Amino acid sequence: MLSRDKRSWISLGILFTVLFLSLIAPLYASSIAHTDPFVSTLNATININGETKQVLEASTEGLGLGVTPIGPTWNPSAYFLGADNQGRDVAARLLYGGQNTLFIGSCAALLTISLSLLIGLIAGYRRGIVDSILSRMLDVIWAFPVYLLSISLSVVLLTSGLSLGFIHIGAGSIALPIFIIGIVYIPYVARPIRGQVLALREREFVRAAVGSGAKHSTIIFREILPNVMPSVLVFIPIMVALAMLTESALSFLSIGVQPPSASWGTIINDGLALLYTRPIVALAPGLMIVLTAASLNLYGDAVRDALDPKTRGRGDS
Amino acid sequence: MSRDVILSIKNLSKNYELSGAFTRGKDVVHAVENISLEIHEGETLGIVGESGCGKSTLGRMIVRLEDPTDGSIFFEGRDLAKESSRALRLIRKRLQMIFQDPYASLNPRRQIGKIVEEPLRIHGMGKQERRAIAIDLLKKVGLDENSYEKYPHEFSGGQRQRVVIARALSLNPKLVVADEPVSALDVSIQAQVLNLFKDIQRELGLTYVFIAHDLGVVRHVSDRIAVMYLGKIVELAPADDLYEKPAHPYTQALLSANPRMDESDSRVRIILTGDIPNPINRPDGCVFNPRCPKAADICRTTAPALLQIGTRQVACHFPD
Repeated sequence: MLSRDKRSWISLGILFTVLFLSLIAPLYASSIAHTDPFVSTLNATININGETKQVLEASTEGLGLGVTPIGPTWNPSAYFLGADNQGRDVAARLLYGGQNTLFIGSCAALLTISLSLLIGLIAGYRRGIVDSILSRMLDVIWAFPVYLLSISLSVVLLTSGLSLGFIHIGAGSIALPIFIIGIVYIPYVARPIRGQVLALREREFVRAAVGSGAKHSTIIFREILPNVMPSVLVFIPIMVALAMLTESALSFLSIGVQPPSASWGTIINDGLALLYTRPIVALAPGLMIVLTAASLNLYGDAVRDALDPKTRGRGDS
Repeated sequence: MSRDVILSIKNLSKNYELSGAFTRGKDVVHAVENISLEIHEGETLGIVGESGCGKSTLGRMIVRLEDPTDGSIFFEGRDLAKESSRALRLIRKRLQMIFQDPYASLNPRRQIGKIVEEPLRIHGMGKQERRAIAIDLLKKVGLDENSYEKYPHEFSGGQRQRVVIARALSLNPKLVVADEPVSALDVSIQAQVLNLFKDIQRELGLTYVFIAHDLGVVRHVSDRIAVMYLGKIVELAPADDLYEKPAHPYTQALLSANPRMDESDSRVRIILTGDIPNPINRPDGCVFNPRCPKAADICRTTAPALLQIGTRQVACHFPD
């Protein structure tokens, strides 16, 4: 059972902590850190232990070009994790970035799963020519490596935005990465669902429903869907993790979330230039990504085991 | 014994075209070939044969879970083979099927009660009424009221088959096709379920088409028995006549292979040589001729028709 599984408690604990911290980002920025994480503050100073310091100090090393932002103060009221090279509070940006990364990851995963369920049910149930057409369309997406396809789509759509029938996504909107990531993962979910539906369709309880005069909708929603749902539930946490990773990768390449908005990917990109002097800027979001993705995968494992009838105790369903 | 004909089959055939990537429509499997048959009201018609002889296909066509390639099935004055799927929905109330595998024929994610009353829901009956009927049916098949809320995995094979029977009875059918309903069960349970079949038939006046490969089981329940071989009926006779004096060589061989609980069993075993022929390349003439101990020249050229001889029908040039 899920409630008795230690893994599910640990992973849910981590996930809810991350979610909570992300949600209080505006509160943290305005009431605790007293900073606007989306505005460059090139000449700000702060007071640490009675000493006044530049947030962005001129670099003294090498040619003396560029700046070295202030390091972590470990004091929540001012630059807890230091500043990036535009003098913005990394801790506040990390929380705001979490909002974007988690939101895009979840929405993209839900988009993937709902479209995959639709395609899988139709293809598996109708079979024949409908199945062939849908499967070949999935193959087209499948033929591209996920990252290559999402990078190409992002590069193309980033400046122009997207107009597909009644869907209009503006350039630079966060709906764009949601849409792109949602699409590229569809074959990976739709194919196994289609396979399951194909197998379930031949089961005798489905024939019995046909023999009782059931309509197609009755058979799909009452006989087949309930048997597909467990694997769909298992897909959700895993797909959120994958979508989140893809989002971070796109944002790291500056083709996902657009500045001045933050995501964990963009913060890693900010930290790239400071890797030798202020490694925390890149490390902190990296750690958050690892922690969240690992928890989601752990939770996915726990869900899978809980839904597996072979490991489930008798009498509790 | 001249009872009303409830269902009559005329020249029914079912072909499956095997199509590979490069062999579209080349190979045709004749699963059922040109079968004509009448089923009388209130009787149990047993259908026996080896696996692959088309008996399940025939059963599924009778309830139109499989579309016939050719021929007609008359039930209540209508040809089922030609009805649209919309019209069939209403006819299906009176034609139900019981499947072989009680583990696969119940949706694992639904409660037993819901499974039993689902056919009633499909045909638009109210919730209270449905529940009452479902509980009644569960009692009738020997399960207690508490099973309504349970799930299939909580039951044994025999109990599940009782649930399947209850579901088949929920729409108050006239004809029930049972496709090897006990072959997946333990022998000790088989007898119980078979007796349940008989009790229910007596109580509700049902007509059964009972498909099986176990001759002992079929004899126990059937009034008449049809023996099938490679998609054709080779012999059709009242159960006792068939067992006492089988006329077709295939029936004789089949019966001699059936063990008896009798030490003085002095029958001569007829051992058939060779395998059942490939249904794609059927032998010319009588389909049984390559394995038949009596085969003569005429058997290799001309297929015998199913002819009436006394109480029975036999398709053989040299019946006993």
